[in-house]
Amino acid sequence: MLRYFLSKILQSVLIFLGILLLVFAMVRVTGDPAALMLSRQVSQDDIEEFRERMGFNDPLIVQFGRFMSGAVVGDFGNSLHYKTPAMPLVVERMPATVQLAVTGLLMAVVIGIPLGILGGFKPGSIFDNLGRLVALLGQSVPNFWLALIMILFFAVRLGWFPSFGRDTWKSVIMPAFVLGLPILGRIVRLTRSAVLEIRDEDFILTAHSKGLELQTIYRKHVFPNVAIILVSVIGVSFGYMLGGSIYIEAIFAWPGMGGLLEQAVGWRDFPLVQAIAVFTSVVVLGLNLLTDVIYAVVDPRIRYDR
Amino acid sequence: MTDKQITGSSKAHRNGIEALSQKRNISERLRYIWKLLWNDKSGLIGLILFLIVVFAAVFAPMISTADPLDQNLKISKMPPAWHEGGSWEHPFGTDPLGRDLYSRVIYGSRVSLTVGFFGVLIAGGLGMIVGAIAGYFGGRVDDLVMGIINMILSLPYLLFVVFIAAVLGRSLLNIILIFGITDAPIFARVTRGEVLRIKELGYIESAVCAGARWPRIVFDHILPNLIGPLIVLSTFEMSAMIFYEAGLGFLGLSVPPSVPSWGNMLSDGRLYLQQHPWIATYAGLAIMFTSLGMNLLGDWLRDVLDPRRRRARK
Amino acid sequence: MFWIRVEGERENEEIVMTAVLEVHDLVTKFYTLEGIVHAVNGVSFSVNKGEILAVVGESGSGKSVTMKSLLGLISSPPGKIESGKAIFNGSNELGDLLEYSPQQLRDIRGGDIGYVFQDPGSTLNPIMTVGEQIAETILRHQVVSREEAYKKTLNLLEKVGIADPVTRYKNYPFQFSGGMRQRVMIAIAIACEPQMIIADEPTTALDVTIQAQIIDLFKKFQKELNIAVIWITHDLGVVAGIADRVLVMYGGRIMETAPVNKLYENPTHPYTIGLLGSLPRLNEDGYKRLVGIKGVPLDASKEIKHCPFAARCDYAFERCWNEIPKLAEIDPEHKVSCFYRVEKGGSQYDR
Repeated sequence: MLRYFLSKILQSVLIFLGILLLVFAMVRVTGDPAALMLSRQVSQDDIEEFRERMGFNDPLIVQFGRFMSGAVVGDFGNSLHYKTPAMPLVVERMPATVQLAVTGLLMAVVIGIPLGILGGFKPGSIFDNLGRLVALLGQSVPNFWLALIMILFFAVRLGWFPSFGRDTWKSVIMPAFVLGLPILGRIVRLTRSAVLEIRDEDFILTAHSKGLELQTIYRKHVFPNVAIILVSVIGVSFGYMLGGSIYIEAIFAWPGMGGLLEQAVGWRDFPLVQAIAVFTSVVVLGLNLLTDVIYAVVDPRIRYDR
Repeated sequence: MTDKQITGSSKAHRNGIEALSQKRNISERLRYIWKLLWNDKSGLIGLILFLIVVFAAVFAPMISTADPLDQNLKISKMPPAWHEGGSWEHPFGTDPLGRDLYSRVIYGSRVSLTVGFFGVLIAGGLGMIVGAIAGYFGGRVDDLVMGIINMILSLPYLLFVVFIAAVLGRSLLNIILIFGITDAPIFARVTRGEVLRIKELGYIESAVCAGARWPRIVFDHILPNLIGPLIVLSTFEMSAMIFYEAGLGFLGLSVPPSVPSWGNMLSDGRLYLQQHPWIATYAGLAIMFTSLGMNLLGDWLRDVLDPRRRRARK
Repeated sequence: MFWIRVEGERENEEIVMTAVLEVHDLVTKFYTLEGIVHAVNGVSFSVNKGEILAVVGESGSGKSVTMKSLLGLISSPPGKIESGKAIFNGSNELGDLLEYSPQQLRDIRGGDIGYVFQDPGSTLNPIMTVGEQIAETILRHQVVSREEAYKKTLNLLEKVGIADPVTRYKNYPFQFSGGMRQRVMIAIAIACEPQMIIADEPTTALDVTIQAQIIDLFKKFQKELNIAVIWITHDLGVVAGIADRVLVMYGGRIMETAPVNKLYENPTHPYTIGLLGSLPRLNEDGYKRLVGIKGVPLDASKEIKHCPFAARCDYAFERCWNEIPKLAEIDPEHKVSCFYRVEKGGSQYDR
């Protein structure tokens, strides 16, 4: 089992290095990072001066070395817009995004898993059709559009929730719901299909042949196997939400990393964009590692060396 | 008395492709497909929705009421026909620049379908080749390729798409390329999984033993098994790409602003949400409609093409 | 006492049954999108206390479906038990299994009737300890404490030949070999000392040496615990090694049934002869062509009104194609459903 974790950690480190390379390269893909980062109206001299200052004239290897050594201590240079170090700006915004993602995930899981189980238990029933409808809509409705509609309706017309900002406890409900909706859809479907799939397994037939009560069969045989299937998906979904909150945060003016990203892109503040990209990726990597740990705990087959 | 709880699947048909290939002629096959569609009406609905969108895209000039690029500031922000102040000349109203919304929605389907179709083509093509190589050769090649793929897939997708789009600038080609390349890993992973599964089944070995050469193995044995899952995946990924295009458009990173795309329209309408909600509404509905259709279609295809196998969705 | 069923009618019910199971005219069909599959077409047989009945037939002959129908293990839809009676002489009462409610069936499954499945690779819950899987059967049917169930399980593990039960209790299925896993399945099946065990090709997925061990295990239990066994197989060698009586099935019907010695000495039904004839034998000299049975297996999606074996039979005559033959006794305890044998008095020596 130790070998399993060590290899996962090693993989994560390699991925981290890959991300740094990617982020470094992306800004230079057009050939001239200076032109990319400055607005159109700037003169040639200013561009030249900018290039010097940022070290873009140095050989790529040198630049990459500088970038890497900065990255591992969290130094991504200064934000072009704020003129202060980029990373602290990002870290400051993290709690808000995490709150949003966690709430959204909670909603998705608490509603989604029971619906999925009901659907798998009695396929074709009212509950199943309801669940599948919810899942379908959740995955088909563009959630940023839905956010607009919901603001229009619940915030402006009905006044139940604030339409933007992070002031009261009510503020998080709508954005979290909208963010979690596609995840809700996926969880319902996945749980349902997992239940249906496990039900068809031979060992469930064995469980029936023992004369166990249905409730017991589900509790001790079906659910644990379903949980294994769900663990990795939920972990990945959480990562997805952390990285994909950009629209929601933009629409709801939520002070998180996604909202910052949208602004940074608008300002062409690429050092800041890089910082956000790397930071978010690292968090997601950490989450994936955590998911692997939980997976190993839940599935005994992983625990013993194969 | 039998226990209804013993195994749940009431879908008692075999793999659709197997059944199809056993039918003797076209009309039998079509009839079989129709029977499958009718049996699971949601698939039928999905297909119809999808065909409507395709129809709109193909016949756009004929069913639009105006030129989608035609600006007329005098009639900007006009409400839909059934509201006060609206007119049937512009059934859905107009946007801030006075362009007819109905026509823009219709033409928007072209952008979406183009992005979806070509995006999937590129992603599928790339992914299939990479995945097939990894699966077929196995060993270190496989480890390396899968390592890279897993790395790419473990990153927050949207974030990097936004990043790249911001760097490359707004154009249809860029969008197609971005989606095509970033989505290829999914296709690669699924293809590799299928190739491995086929290898395990052993008929590759028997074909080799029987003296079959390379092309025959690929075309007669490997490809038919790949088609099913890949078609299903393509449907879902196409729907996802339409979504992402809209999202990027919403952020102002998709096709150039004058081009009628559903994403752009959402972005146009965002600022006027309170007073003039219709500007964004219809584009959103169009996206939902399309996505719904494709998801339903994808579900039906999955049920028909591999009713018993594990879902390959990321 | 052994009931004779020629026309499917019942005789007096007051006579005490020594049989543990009596099945009359079981019919099971599957309604699928591609058509109706006629899996079981009127099967009648009985099993006596403590005897091992082998059920032989090729894939698709309906053997598994017959047994699963008895215990309500058929998924419905698309399956449906159309008709039949299955009188089971359980520990509590006499009753018709096919009329039992799901709850009653659940009480019988694992308690009075155990089941052993074919492929030990997939028939155990991969994430539950082996001991727990055995213990839960005990706890379900017997009123005992966890402690006692634990002790009984250790006992069972030893009985089925698994060494070091205390450690093995906590192991997971993937830590066992195929043969050991099958022993675990057997432990589960006999955990509550059932009246009968249905074993569906229990050794097919195992290699021959293990197969012999498992067979010995079953024989041991038959003797010690007087458990009746229905052993489904397609392997005639296994049948010779373990059976007391044999049932030969084809096309969802019974072709022949006899005590094992009589079957091997005097195989009567052309199908049985074909099966036995196709076995390669070590004690024959020279090169001899392997004899197969001509034709292809019956297509179960077609409902037929003639002898299912007619197309592949060397002796088929007119009547065979117009009517369905019923089981008729040609010898005490030896029954055959074949017009040629029964009517025309043909024997295996005709050629």
